[in-house]
Amino acid sequence: MEVHVQPTTRTKMFCSCAIAPLNAPPNTHTCPVCLGLPGVLPVINKAAVEACLKTALALSCEIPSHTKFDRKNYMYPDLPKGYQISQYDLPMSHDGHLEVGERRVRIRRVHLEEDTGKLVHAGDRLHKAWESFVDLNRAGVPLMEIVSEPDIRSAEEARDYAMALRTLLRTIGASEADMEKGQLRAEPNISVRRTGTAQLGVKTELKNINSFRNLQRAIDFEVKRQIEALESGHGVVQETRGWSDAEQRTFPQRTKEVAEDYRYFPEPDLPPLELDPTWIEELRRGLPELPEARRVRLVAQYALPLHDASLIAAERGLADLFEGAVRAGADARPAANWIIGEVAPGGSVPTVTQLADVVKLVTSGSITRDQGREVLAESIRSQRSAGELVAERGFAQVSDESALEAIVREVIATNSKAAADYQAGKKQALGALMADLKKKAPQANPKVANEILQKLLQ
Amino acid sequence: MTISELRHLLDDRELSAQELLGLHLERIDAADGDVKAFLRLTTANAAEQAQAADRALRDGTAGPLAGIPMAVKDVLCVKGVETTAGSQILKGFKPPYTGTAVQRLFDAGAVMLGVTNCDEFAMGSSTENSSYFPTHNPWSLDRVPGGSSGGSAAAVAAGEATFSLGSDTGGSIRQPAALCGVIGMKPTYGRVSRYGLIAFASSLDQIGPFTRSVEDCALILQTMAGHDPLDSTCADRPNDVTRGLHDGVEKMRLGVPREYFEVEGMEPGVRLAIQKALNTLEAAGAELVDVSLPHTDYGLAAYYIIAPAECSSNLARFDGVRYGMSEQDAQNITDAYMKTRRKGFGAEVRRRVMLGTYALSTGYYDAYYLKAQKVRTLIKQDFDDAFAHCDAIVSGTSPTVAFPIGSRTQDPLSMYLCDVLTLGGNLAGLPGISVPCGMSEGLPVGLQVLAPQWREDIALRVARAYELAADMRVEVALVD
Repeated sequence: MEVHVQPTTRTKMFCSCAIAPLNAPPNTHTCPVCLGLPGVLPVINKAAVEACLKTALALSCEIPSHTKFDRKNYMYPDLPKGYQISQYDLPMSHDGHLEVGERRVRIRRVHLEEDTGKLVHAGDRLHKAWESFVDLNRAGVPLMEIVSEPDIRSAEEARDYAMALRTLLRTIGASEADMEKGQLRAEPNISVRRTGTAQLGVKTELKNINSFRNLQRAIDFEVKRQIEALESGHGVVQETRGWSDAEQRTFPQRTKEVAEDYRYFPEPDLPPLELDPTWIEELRRGLPELPEARRVRLVAQYALPLHDASLIAAERGLADLFEGAVRAGADARPAANWIIGEVAPGGSVPTVTQLADVVKLVTSGSITRDQGREVLAESIRSQRSAGELVAERGFAQVSDESALEAIVREVIATNSKAAADYQAGKKQALGALMADLKKKAPQANPKVANEILQKLLQ
Repeated sequence: MTISELRHLLDDRELSAQELLGLHLERIDAADGDVKAFLRLTTANAAEQAQAADRALRDGTAGPLAGIPMAVKDVLCVKGVETTAGSQILKGFKPPYTGTAVQRLFDAGAVMLGVTNCDEFAMGSSTENSSYFPTHNPWSLDRVPGGSSGGSAAAVAAGEATFSLGSDTGGSIRQPAALCGVIGMKPTYGRVSRYGLIAFASSLDQIGPFTRSVEDCALILQTMAGHDPLDSTCADRPNDVTRGLHDGVEKMRLGVPREYFEVEGMEPGVRLAIQKALNTLEAAGAELVDVSLPHTDYGLAAYYIIAPAECSSNLARFDGVRYGMSEQDAQNITDAYMKTRRKGFGAEVRRRVMLGTYALSTGYYDAYYLKAQKVRTLIKQDFDDAFAHCDAIVSGTSPTVAFPIGSRTQDPLSMYLCDVLTLGGNLAGLPGISVPCGMSEGLPVGLQVLAPQWREDIALRVARAYELAADMRVEVALVD
């Protein structure tokens, strides 16, 4: 699988143009450099190199001391210079791996390159288009290319791999890795083989997949298509295929009958990069705990079930919320339940304090779970404290024994007949006393009040 | 007159920048019909710059080049000024930005007269590959001025500009300087920012000046040189090119590479002039030592792999999509590319793009490009070894004097041989200067001084010592 990831940077890969937001008007985020005007030169974006190195470190890649950029030459209207600056034989890193569930996916290389522009065709079909427009806002946007070895065995594993990558990238702050925004583009290379054989079959490459769900669907479709093609005797053609979301199928885009000759050669406008080992070491030390390590620790430290730990560790935000809430006094298991049950599916994420307060109130019995849900939602919305909201809504159960005892004495005094009946052995008289107590003090914790009532009547 | 002479006149208010500009425009008017050094004049801009220079001179805020008229080769981008690299494919292209080197000269007060002719994309040694017209040598109008920066060399030689800018990829400053009898220098690769220079071969190109004195040359170089955040190959090093300029050559060891005196087609008159120049330097106190550059013969071959390979990629952007010429009458995008480029590029450019494309292709890369890079390493090693025995290397700049227009255009190989003494300096990234050293057959001969990387000061010091010892003054060639 090849995954292109846009690292989080303020500016483009080789010039100081700001990264264009998705809805920016065409060609508004361009300059002489990314337009490929005569006479301009590229300058490497250090933030992009840093993001790439952090990614490589997080994927346990080897980082050579010497790396360089190369030119990949081909002409297309979305490629202003007639070549893409990429990395060929000395990439920024190589030979790493990522644990995906129980499987280790080996990473062949992670390198840096620049994105191309975008063509907009008038008309719905390229070969029928009467006019084409070039938007170079994306031209020169940095991309990391993460290439795996052929270690993924199913569509589900491919999806899990892509999701694990996203988690990793977000955890280390290398990319927002939002698939819908094109910040993470997965291009699976798919082949099938007969059970029991080692030789991989002819592969096809899938493009324009814009969600994890479609990644899985596209691969499933393609696997089925390839098996049918082989069994019907037609065979698989090596080609690039697109995924049509509307039709839920793959379709041929470009046949690689003649391998394009990209005439790679070292980019003469950029001196080779000598990567300072102390800088690499600094970046390594600066990496936060990675999702895999955190999952293991959540199980060990908080005695969470593996399943819960996996769900929480998969998103850095959730894991930070969990550990923060526990530090703020919430019990671990209930905090985890609240995160998995309420926060993760909900979409709006509370602060550590908001969650911890609600979990504590519910665990201690001060409010019910339903009330807790309401308070949590309201405190996220209005940014008011849980305590304030509980008081306002009269949710707070009075569990304080001395306060309750005073109320109970008053109830006994006003209902002396019922009290006497109870003391005489009529146990059902207690119900009348409790009913009056609830009327006089609706916020009283019924369990505690009941205990006090029985004690005083003995 | 030299910049330092004009400086006195301008500073003492004996002459205004606007008057100086007027004199140059008059000279251009009188001479350029024959010489054809300029492609375009930027008279309106020049008038504004001269006015600003006069203001600065009056206010005491004038830079070191205030009011000095210069000419700029058609490969250097200047904001709003049509810049075409001598090619039809860029016809009408007006850059939205000014390159670093030119900007630094503007900041120092220089006044730009116009854009000078050159071989298309700086590919050539005679300026005959210009897609507009050939430039004529002011010393003999039926001869070439050399190239590719022939217009810039001729403009200074004809007295049309006080100094000018060129670019040197294999000798494109030094060779025309020699053929036109002026001073021309290619700095160390990485000394002057290439930002704004339309690339021919990125790993070889350098911008440099043409001047009338060595001191002027040092001044212009110093003004342009230095780190530029827009060019990653431009080094952040001390700008010390003028150090020890007048210290002379006494006790200096000057290497004389025997291979540079045995090159194919070396004219006896040139050899004689060079020998006399070496005698002059020896008489001034230098010690001449024999050195050897054993891989010289392979330099030309390596150069004609590396330069075309880089140019094939650098010129890919001229596709008719965003700027310059665009052939609209096409069936599809590939057809549009082919038609635009066939029409927009001249024969020599197409030849080199094809050579370079071939050399980089799968299956040929190792045999050509990689092998050429290895030769390049050997040539660098040759120079390192030679500089272990000497402070600078002296030789002829060009094996011949200016040749008649049209005499070599049918034979590209004979044209390529013009650079045989200069391209080693580009392959090794060395600074090199050419100073006039007498005449042969009534035409100027150039003495080349090469120095180790980052030692422009040594090359300039030797050149200055020769200038002084030989009592050499750059003459204004009289156009008949």
